[in-house]
Amino acid sequence: MTDAVSMTDQVRNFITANFYVTDPKALKEEDSLLDKGIIDSTGVLELIGFLESTYKIKVEDAEMIPDNLDSVARIVSFVTSKKG
Amino acid sequence: MAPKLDASVFTLDASAEVERIGARLREIVGRDLRRRGVVVALSGGVDSSVCVGLAVKAFGPDKVFVLLLPERESSQASVTLGKRVAAHFGVEATINDITSALEGFGAYRLRDEAMREVFPQYGEGWKSKLVIAGGTQGGFNYFKLVAKAPDGSMHEERIPGKPYLQIVAAQNFKQRARKTMEYFHADRLNYAVIGTPNRLEYDQGFFVKNGDGSADVKPIAHLYKTQVYALARHFALPDEICNGRPTTDTYTLAQGQDEFYFALPYEKMDLALWALNHDLPQAVLADAIGSTPEQAALVYKDIQAKRATTRALHSRPLLIDPVAEVKPL
Repeated sequence: MTDAVSMTDQVRNFITANFYVTDPKALKEEDSLLDKGIIDSTGVLELIGFLESTYKIKVEDAEMIPDNLDSVARIVSFVTSKKG
Repeated sequence: MAPKLDASVFTLDASAEVERIGARLREIVGRDLRRRGVVVALSGGVDSSVCVGLAVKAFGPDKVFVLLLPERESSQASVTLGKRVAAHFGVEATINDITSALEGFGAYRLRDEAMREVFPQYGEGWKSKLVIAGGTQGGFNYFKLVAKAPDGSMHEERIPGKPYLQIVAAQNFKQRARKTMEYFHADRLNYAVIGTPNRLEYDQGFFVKNGDGSADVKPIAHLYKTQVYALARHFALPDEICNGRPTTDTYTLAQGQDEFYFALPYEKMDLALWALNHDLPQAVLADAIGSTPEQAALVYKDIQAKRATTRALHSRPLLIDPVAEVKPL
């Protein structure tokens, strides 16, 4: 539980520090990063770089889908499942 | 009954369109821009070739300055074909090789350094290209680096963000160096610079800001690629141009535009763009391009995504406060 909470904060902090988020405090874990215009294709590459280096995972080509990466909650769930 | 979507939607009266574009070119260049003629950089591809034809029809051959701008990695055929096109329209072509300018910028070195972050052995004798993937499968667009070693072996790897950006930035020197040469000649001749994007490229942001995206007038930006080919046939351009496939001629491995940027070959992209612009249901597009409605929906989504993410490429510089006294054309 502690790991999941701190991962959520880490992912949130990465997103709000590296992309333009109108109101960082208002960013909910379920908010779609694409729909809110926070992330684009280049941003996804930066996000993947962060996830791979921080959590020592390898994101496969087929895993680069909105289901895995389009919200803070989805990202945390995806990384947690990759780490096993 | 569902509307019919096929290449017939692009039918145009080529003669009338050439005259109409010519009249507008004279108005824009003479009246609005107050320039005496136009500079056109000719790549040997269909867009720039048709632009030369339109310019010659509009202004006469004496007022059209045609440039060929090769560099050490561009296709040799492009210069040969470019000369043929210029001769076809009765204009001289001036060749300015931009290799030394690119070497001065460090373009090739900076590009290869970034390539080595993906393939550490990348160097002399290697060839490469970027290939887009992901978007039409419902995922995020990303790029793979495809490289061919001197021994003929092929290597392919998804490219991470930092080297991807550096490779594109380094390659962008090519388009920007070319545009710098075009503006040199335009300034010394008091001419306007023609930009040659077709509608698909213009709409989808397929150009380099301050590179091939820069121009004073863009005579075919409203025409679908299919229509540009129709004008090429109207101008009786060589078969290699009328039947050629769109390429980037930027990377060292031959690369189609549909590999690099677009989801589909141009004929289908044109139909998709037209269908979206005319609010046709995805089932109609699916039928026209031989895909499922779900895949057609992804193509629509990809077109809209590229429009959104490339809006900045079309912008003038953004100001903190407006300066109302300045009224751009």
